[in-house]
Amino acid sequence: MPENANTDSHEHSSDANVVDPAQSDKKYWLDDLGNVQKIYRSLWVLCALLVAADLFYEKHIEFPVEGYIGFFGFYGFVSCVLLVLAAKQLRKVVGRDEDYYDR
Amino acid sequence: MIDSFPPGWLLIFGGLLVPLFRGRVRSAYMLLLPALGFIQLLLMPEGELLQVSIFDYSLTPVRVDPLSLVFGYIFHIAAFLGMIFALRVKDSGQHVAAFVYAGSAIGAVFAGDLITLFVYWEIAAISSVFLIWARRSERSHRAGMRYLIFQIASGVLLLAGTLAHFYQTGSLAFDYLGISSLGGMLILIAFGIKCAFPLLHNWLEDAYPEATVTGTVFLSSFTTKMAVYALARGFPGTEQLIWIGAMMAAFPIFYAVIVNDLRRVLTYSMNNQLGFMVVGVGIGTELALNGAAAHAFADILFKGVLFMSMGAVLLRTGTVKGSELGGLYKSMPWTATFCIVGAASISAFPLFSAFATKSMILSATAENHYAFVYFVLLFASAGVFHHSGIKIPYFAFFGHDSGIRCKEAPRNMLIAMGLAASLCIGIGVFPGVLYNVLPFPVDYEPYTVTHVITQLQLLFWSAVAFAWLNWVGLYPPELRSVNLDSDWVFRRLVPRMFGPVTRALAGGWATMLDQLGRRVTATLQTVHRHHGPHGILERTWPTGSMALWVAILLALILLLYYR
Repeated sequence: MPENANTDSHEHSSDANVVDPAQSDKKYWLDDLGNVQKIYRSLWVLCALLVAADLFYEKHIEFPVEGYIGFFGFYGFVSCVLLVLAAKQLRKVVGRDEDYYDR
Repeated sequence: MIDSFPPGWLLIFGGLLVPLFRGRVRSAYMLLLPALGFIQLLLMPEGELLQVSIFDYSLTPVRVDPLSLVFGYIFHIAAFLGMIFALRVKDSGQHVAAFVYAGSAIGAVFAGDLITLFVYWEIAAISSVFLIWARRSERSHRAGMRYLIFQIASGVLLLAGTLAHFYQTGSLAFDYLGISSLGGMLILIAFGIKCAFPLLHNWLEDAYPEATVTGTVFLSSFTTKMAVYALARGFPGTEQLIWIGAMMAAFPIFYAVIVNDLRRVLTYSMNNQLGFMVVGVGIGTELALNGAAAHAFADILFKGVLFMSMGAVLLRTGTVKGSELGGLYKSMPWTATFCIVGAASISAFPLFSAFATKSMILSATAENHYAFVYFVLLFASAGVFHHSGIKIPYFAFFGHDSGIRCKEAPRNMLIAMGLAASLCIGIGVFPGVLYNVLPFPVDYEPYTVTHVITQLQLLFWSAVAFAWLNWVGLYPPELRSVNLDSDWVFRRLVPRMFGPVTRALAGGWATMLDQLGRRVTATLQTVHRHHGPHGILERTWPTGSMALWVAILLALILLLYYR
């Protein structure tokens, strides 16, 4: 929706910057949903390998809880999920229409 | 000569001459100034290089030591990269503002006394607001005013604190201050405003995204890092800063997830990175202070790349709203690449800058047994990857294809982003070079097996969390919206509560001024009618207004004198 982009009035937006959409027909590797799925699956595999890596070296840590296998992975995953779920609730409290302060 | 020429003056006074030049000469001149300033720093010996006495006060306008040098170096690099990015901006007023702003930030980190610091502090505040106003919209004008009020408030507190400190100690030297005295407290709050402490922070998120495409890049480099320097100089080892810093690192990331304007997302993530630095200052050990300085150095570069890439997107598409963008990697592959380098750097991937700098702060936190703070910072590290590392590149360059097809960023912008991105990787691969210029000797090795593996675990599991939430549709979509923050208090609550009162006061004040003005003008007219050469007053307006103001001032002095 290129029209949408130009409704945002700004001194730098100009039609000269928007290239003819006819050129956009080119297919990219990421346009194929199957390839995105491949990336998604390899991400899980990589994550599993990183947890497995914990078995093969001696961890130097300050706090005992860090010593558990895959602790940092678990902590990262849980942190991010909680962060996003909390932020969704936060949006309900602080989210307003775009022109809130302009009214 | 070079010893006593204050660092920063080359940029301040040289910058004022930019409008005299045109075309290629101007471009060369704009790049020459920060380059010469950098060389000047390399040649400077350490010590209190310039001391002057005014009345009975001895001031030290130039004091060079390792802490000021590391900030001096990066400020020059930031000015140089920013100027490359801004080369094609025709509005020479913006260049002047950027040079004066950068120069005063440089001057501030070499200030050896509080009065000199105050002067540069104020010049930086006033010059920087023009980078916001230069967008010339009603919105940016108002955001600029709000920004200026905070900056000036910080300056007033700094001056008040300085006077209180001088009264108590008899010294104006800018060294360790501490918070045991009133002066120290006031100065800490002054620094805290510029460093975006919790509840004093919102000018940052409010104003920076309203600046021009190039202005935000300059703004992101100087003000807040100058404040980090000032904290490291005046308040190292102040325990309260650890908790303040932890709050700063944690809270802004919740906003960063839901904010739509991607440059505003970056300001929240900047607030979060400042939190890490403030924790470092609060711990105050050599490792922690080195970490704070190193992370400020790295932050200027990766935040620079990120703001530049979003600026380029804004320039080309006219928007940086996540809800409008997507799929831009097809049109702007280089910008996307540099953005990803910046994203990897802020997220502290191995071989990228923050891996070697932020980890020093985390290690210092763990070594000093601040377990709770350590895990808060770890949470913040995962969070920063989530919103700056993934959200920014994903919603701008990948994600849902918005159908926008535009040109790649201009060449000068690509060069600026490329250089900054290279420096991010450079610091990550050869951290020793940065470690060499840190304030204290460095005995720290970032590349241990434990650190590499645990960090990769943290990051990839954060990435998979993002991917999974997206996959199952739990991730909140980018919405056209604003999110209330503490700015709501002074943009809505206060005006609503005190609206009638302030309107009445303002009205009364205006009426009073009006009455006073009329009376003074009438008096002046009478005087002029009798004594003026042509008998008619105010043919030329400026003389008239000048006379009016002089009269008002005199009246005020009289009034005060008789009280």
